[in-house]
Amino acid sequence: MSNNQLKRNELYGQYVKERSPKPNYIKNCLWAFVVGGAICTLGQFIHNTIENKMELTHLEATNATILIMIFIGSLLTGLGVYDVIGKRAGAGSIVPITGFANSIVAPAMEFKKEGYILGVGAKLFSLAGPVLVYGITASVLVGILYYFILTIGV
Amino acid sequence: MTSKKLGKQTIKLLSPPSIIATASIVGPKEGKGPLHEYFHEILKDDLYGENSWEKAESKMVKEVVKTAVMDARLKLEDIDYLFAGDLLNQLMASSLAARDLQIPYYGLFGACSTMAEGLSLAAIMIDGGYGDYAIASTSSHFSTAERQFRFPLELGNQRPLTSQWTVTGAGAAIVAVNKREGPYITYITTGKVIDYGIADANNMGAAMAPAAVDTIIAHFKDTGLSTDYYDLVVTGDLGVIGRDIAEDLLKKEGINIKCLIDCGEEIFDHKTQDTHSGGSGCGCSAVVFCGYLYKKLRSKEFNRILFISTGALLSPTSVQQGESIPSIAHAVSIEASLNVVGRCN
Repeated sequence: MSNNQLKRNELYGQYVKERSPKPNYIKNCLWAFVVGGAICTLGQFIHNTIENKMELTHLEATNATILIMIFIGSLLTGLGVYDVIGKRAGAGSIVPITGFANSIVAPAMEFKKEGYILGVGAKLFSLAGPVLVYGITASVLVGILYYFILTIGV
Repeated sequence: MTSKKLGKQTIKLLSPPSIIATASIVGPKEGKGPLHEYFHEILKDDLYGENSWEKAESKMVKEVVKTAVMDARLKLEDIDYLFAGDLLNQLMASSLAARDLQIPYYGLFGACSTMAEGLSLAAIMIDGGYGDYAIASTSSHFSTAERQFRFPLELGNQRPLTSQWTVTGAGAAIVAVNKREGPYITYITTGKVIDYGIADANNMGAAMAPAAVDTIIAHFKDTGLSTDYYDLVVTGDLGVIGRDIAEDLLKKEGINIKCLIDCGEEIFDHKTQDTHSGGSGCGCSAVVFCGYLYKKLRSKEFNRILFISTGALLSPTSVQQGESIPSIAHAVSIEASLNVVGRCN
């Protein structure tokens, strides 16, 4: 590409940026805060309830809560509600574990027509896959770092 | 020696073929839009009785072709060529429809520019005397485009404000030897691939606007027509933002078009239908042309239009590899009657 074209493209890019509408960040943040907060409050409520009522240890109650929240996220995805929430809430409904459930159930529903092997099987982690790969990689790296810090005895 | 070519990119059809019939089918959302009364059929269910979105899209193509043929009082066997295309990998919707229709078929990929591309090629075939009837048809479907280019439908993500909504719909137009009444196809301007470096697949209007402008400039330069020759210059699916940019760019080039509209902007009501920057997809310009514009040309409310379908020739792979969006626009000049031609000649 010639220098003239590069210059033209750069100018056009700036111009398009000016012409394109900006999202309302404050409104979006408020939505994310309220919905994300509501999901976490619900999770905490479930956690407290089962920890007290069912006499589970803290860790057992945590695992049970995760299961319940994933179930809720999946159910709302299946009912076609989660994408409506996500349209407003953005990160507020993507970041909690219900969003993780949504990112697995949505492709599972979408690609069922291509069969259980090459459709659902192959596409199930098409969105959650990168999160898992880099999430687990990061936890391994931090774990190794932690191990060495402990052996050095800092 | 060429006798029908004007300038670098334009063809003048010496015996302008007529568009004798059209048909359009749209989905429920488009059926609630401002142009609803002009469409031939509005689906209640966008699965159209099929078990997948792709098959539903293919059925729309089949049905619009059949409806147009019936409307022209012809039989499928009378049609010499079918030019069809869509957005799916390997043109699934068009090819499956062509399998059932059994009309000699050329599959086209011009992304959302396919309607004008199909009309151009159909008109050239007929003008050249290679047949009596040719059909141009295209389709798109919101749900097939989402899974092909974006995310699963149920994913709870946010669409950017610059993004456009893929139109669920299909249109077909029959181009025939000029022996009946119009509208007629008089000029064709073939677009070049233009790329101003926009890489954001959620801002396709901005990516395609320079392509539309390039083709419009080429059209007026090649034909020597003045801009007020046309009642209406109609772009395909630039959307609200893209149409605005195109108008601005044209003004900077010294071209003032008094009525520049965009099919993507017209098909939805942006205040109430939550489509952000407007409609897009092959079906967008197809249904607006085959429904709204064609009916207005038939009733002579519009006398001359320049119809420019715009296409963003991106693929998911090209986007992932960091390529910017190559864009194209093809222009077809359509006139309600031929006897008034000469005003500007």
